[in-house]
Amino acid sequence: MSLLRTAGLTRRFAGLTAVDQVDLAVAEGTIHAVIGPNGAGKTTLFNLISGLVPPSDGSIHFAGQDISQLPVHRRAGLGMARTFQNIRIFASMTVLENVLTGLHARLDGGLGAVILRLPGFRRAERHAVARAREVLELVGLADQAENRAAALPYGDQRRLEIARALASSPRLVLLDEPAAGMNPAETDALKALVRRIRDAGTTVLLVEHDMGFVMDLSDRITVLNFGRRIFEGTPIEVRQETTVIEAYLGHKVAERLARRAAAS
Amino acid sequence: MPAWLDDFLWTYQNVVYALGINGLLALSMYVVLAVGQLSLGQAAFMGLGAYSSALMTLKLHWPFFVVLPASCVVPVMFALAIGVPTLRLSGVYLAIATIGLGEVLRAAYLNIDYVGGALGLSGIPERANFWMIYGLLAAAILILWLVGRSGIGRAMEALREDENAAQVMGINIGAYRMGALLASAVLAGLAGALSAHVSSFIGPNEYGFEPAVTILSFALLGGIGTPLAPVLGAWILTLLPELLRGFSDLRLVFNGLIIVLAVLFLPNGLLGWRMRRRAA
Repeated sequence: MSLLRTAGLTRRFAGLTAVDQVDLAVAEGTIHAVIGPNGAGKTTLFNLISGLVPPSDGSIHFAGQDISQLPVHRRAGLGMARTFQNIRIFASMTVLENVLTGLHARLDGGLGAVILRLPGFRRAERHAVARAREVLELVGLADQAENRAAALPYGDQRRLEIARALASSPRLVLLDEPAAGMNPAETDALKALVRRIRDAGTTVLLVEHDMGFVMDLSDRITVLNFGRRIFEGTPIEVRQETTVIEAYLGHKVAERLARRAAAS
Repeated sequence: MPAWLDDFLWTYQNVVYALGINGLLALSMYVVLAVGQLSLGQAAFMGLGAYSSALMTLKLHWPFFVVLPASCVVPVMFALAIGVPTLRLSGVYLAIATIGLGEVLRAAYLNIDYVGGALGLSGIPERANFWMIYGLLAAAILILWLVGRSGIGRAMEALREDENAAQVMGINIGAYRMGALLASAVLAGLAGALSAHVSSFIGPNEYGFEPAVTILSFALLGGIGTPLAPVLGAWILTLLPELLRGFSDLRLVFNGLIIVLAVLFLPNGLLGWRMRRRAA
């Protein structure tokens, strides 16, 4: 059963249709990638799904519920989390506090409990800290918990963002270019991490430009170009699909590649 | 009360009261800045608290223990009216709307005879005292400290840093911004009621743009890392003109200079440190 399903999802900006009639079905327990050339609408698609941008048309269903009009923070409560293409950690906070923020939906104890320091509030905070440390352990940042997030090196900031998204044990996590700017060793570690995330029961939807990363990892791939879905299939199918090669390399190169494949 | 404190209060009564009241106003600024919004309506909220409480005392003859809490009602209603349309938008809309509120109210006080017009309201009995002012200030600092150290404070800081990321974490940014604006209106309203009931006179020009900027400079100088920081800023900016009495004409110049210098050299304020927020 698909955990996330969009139907005819469309977003028009003035003079530009960034996402055009996109149908997407993400099956529970899979790693699903969205690829496409620059400007294909991948990030806009993520913004639509997480609610930061309202759709012009079409619908989004998550866990069997229509969330098309649901405010962003409510989607988090339903079990959806995400990271951003340009890292958006809370720079002034410590690493641990960043992850605790990811647990906000679970912690909202109300003003009275906070001011009166009710035992339930203290217990919830203790559990949250334990959970946050667990997630930091998972991404390999446990020894950095008390450091300021801004002081982390780039690759660690990316992993912190993933940890923050995972803190609430979401059903679906959207990773927007998680491997951007990482070296090959870091990318390999990230690959292993994404597999662990899926194996722990969280469905992963990711946008990524690193094709090796996408091909190795994904169960299914959706290809966008100029806001439209041009293909969907397994990594092997995508690699052989002419329309995809055309979208990336242009019409001529695609033809030449097809001829060479036929000749060999 | 020991005799020396009594003497001291008698001599420096006005300054001592002003320190406490300005401390409350600084906190009123702090709660809004703490969620990443800029409001210039603190003086307007204070004026609403001052005028409404003075009217309750002078015209309705209500006892002060009713008047003081009731003085929050009118500022809160105005905060709701301004917050609902502006807080959905990011940017400076709240600041612009609150500047407008201050000026509209000034014109209203001037032209409505029931609230004294240009003469203001005088003969307000001295019902507030040292203990009320400093008790409320201490309670406000304590509550804001507890809130700041909790997950709510964490969410406020997240909101200040990156509102999109904060929303994605499940933080209801509209509710947080509105909550902060209402808390700010309550604190400013209380400060207004207290000041009206220690100074015996209030006038239409005391709550305009100039005091709004002064209140902002409290928080800019002190910082917003902890609730103590803006109070410290308020105390410095309240004491400074007393010490530099000879230059009283230049008071605004000093405030402006402090804003410029604080922004340039102390972006986190004098007390730049953050609250420790470790639960376990």
